[in-house]
Amino acid sequence: MEIRELVCIGCPVGCSLKVTLQDGKALKVNGNNCKIGEQYGINECTNPKRIVTSTVAVEGGEERVVPVKTEKDIPKGKIFDVIEELKKIKMKAPVYISDIVIENVSGTGVNIIATKNNKKI
Amino acid sequence: MLEYDIVVIGGGPAGLAAAIKAKDNGIDSILVLEREVKLGGILNQCIHNGFGLHTFKEELTGPEYAQRFIDMVSERNIEYKLNTMVLDITKDKMITAVNGDDGILIIKAKAIILAMGCRERPRGAINIPGSRSAGIYTAGTAQKFVNIDGYMPGRQVVILGSGDIGLIMARRMTLEGAKVKAVVELMPYSSGLRRNIAQCLDDYNIPLKLSHTIIDIKGKERVEGVTIAQVDKNRKVIKGTEEYIPCDTLLLSVGLLPENELSRKASVELSKITGGPIVDDNLETNIDGIFACGNVLHVHDLVDYVTEESYHAGEEAAQYVKGRVKAVKKTEIEVSGGVRYSVPKYVNPDNINNFVNVRFRVDTTYKDVFVSVYFDQVRVMHIKKRVMAPGEMETVKLTKSMFEVHKDVSKILIRLEEE
Repeated sequence: MEIRELVCIGCPVGCSLKVTLQDGKALKVNGNNCKIGEQYGINECTNPKRIVTSTVAVEGGEERVVPVKTEKDIPKGKIFDVIEELKKIKMKAPVYISDIVIENVSGTGVNIIATKNNKKI
Repeated sequence: MLEYDIVVIGGGPAGLAAAIKAKDNGIDSILVLEREVKLGGILNQCIHNGFGLHTFKEELTGPEYAQRFIDMVSERNIEYKLNTMVLDITKDKMITAVNGDDGILIIKAKAIILAMGCRERPRGAINIPGSRSAGIYTAGTAQKFVNIDGYMPGRQVVILGSGDIGLIMARRMTLEGAKVKAVVELMPYSSGLRRNIAQCLDDYNIPLKLSHTIIDIKGKERVEGVTIAQVDKNRKVIKGTEEYIPCDTLLLSVGLLPENELSRKASVELSKITGGPIVDDNLETNIDGIFACGNVLHVHDLVDYVTEESYHAGEEAAQYVKGRVKAVKKTEIEVSGGVRYSVPKYVNPDNINNFVNVRFRVDTTYKDVFVSVYFDQVRVMHIKKRVMAPGEMETVKLTKSMFEVHKDVSKILIRLEEE
């Protein structure tokens, strides 16, 4: 049995988690105050995932870039693949919140969506 | 001269929430004054996620969180003026502002809500020796360059200070292709949220150098490198621990200061500890009808708490306009034993409808301590905390029933206790 100590990133409270592991499997999570913490503790020790936020270039908009995010969390190991894909893209204004920027980014099954309005000028 | 019931100074998360709640409490004559080109304040450049878990029960990015409030302001037809700089406010609630369309504006308000937010401490505030070369920015300035303007301020980065914006920018610069060589923190602990250490530094193997500082900046035209060194308990440099790190950019994340120049002009009394106005449980300052909320009052780590506080300020300002008399009976909240301050500083027991949230911060890191609240000599609250840190704002909820039991309470004390 192994115990791994983590800080939950599920919300800004930042609970100190203790995850009990056996043969690579998470048996139980202690120290969490909510279900998000339990899920995070298990995922982090088996298949760590993150929401990725970045920006994408925009042509003809009030700002030169528009912020974007992965709609759901994606495997941690795919973060830089996602970033590379985002760098190749140039959108045309207007862009609105929740517009899909890339479908199924880097084969993760998760869409990239815009998180800000960028009006045409 | 223009006349409004309530003028809100600042159109960030605090100002918008306050305006919305004032409107919902029956005040129609409201004006929000914002100096930027857009409503939403600093949230517009905080493109990372983690906002709104309390308020909306979902995790949003800064711009998404801001947009929800901008939409609520539009739905309610609340008036606002952008690109408008407030130059002066007086204790008689006369406001002088200026913008390109109206020129000078003189506005008379029945109530004012201060919601100007805070700003970053710049290099000049912390006396780092070395050259005055290009490539030194506050973390928030760099954040604006990258996230709004689409420019990278540099490629080889050292960050001084481990406040949340610095941690967020360490990850952001890394994702944009820069090499973040170190985050250097003078104190033996980070002032940022623990989740940000985990997901912004640890995820990308960025070293956090605690009890270290920058003792020299090299480079005439542009930053070429910094010398860091370890410090002792008294924050004095330990000789022989110097280390030179080549870099082209230095970001500063060394604290936030509530922006209270205007408050001072209106003779609003400020706390030496928070840098923000001293308020009662109505979030009213010492000046009749001037309220404060958000980061201008005290620096928050969660926008959700800013929203909650600002709703409260908006509601109270509305009650004031409708004729509520300023609280006379006031009980002071004292702090000791590791608690640095409380907001509010005063409560009026007769005024509490349901409960009052008292926010505070501790002076250093603690493990397994109790937060205790005393009404005079009687301990009414005793809560165990596994970890406490200065970077994390704490809350105790004082309920109406506590005040009913202790009717003539003359002093409330909040302190940490070992057992």
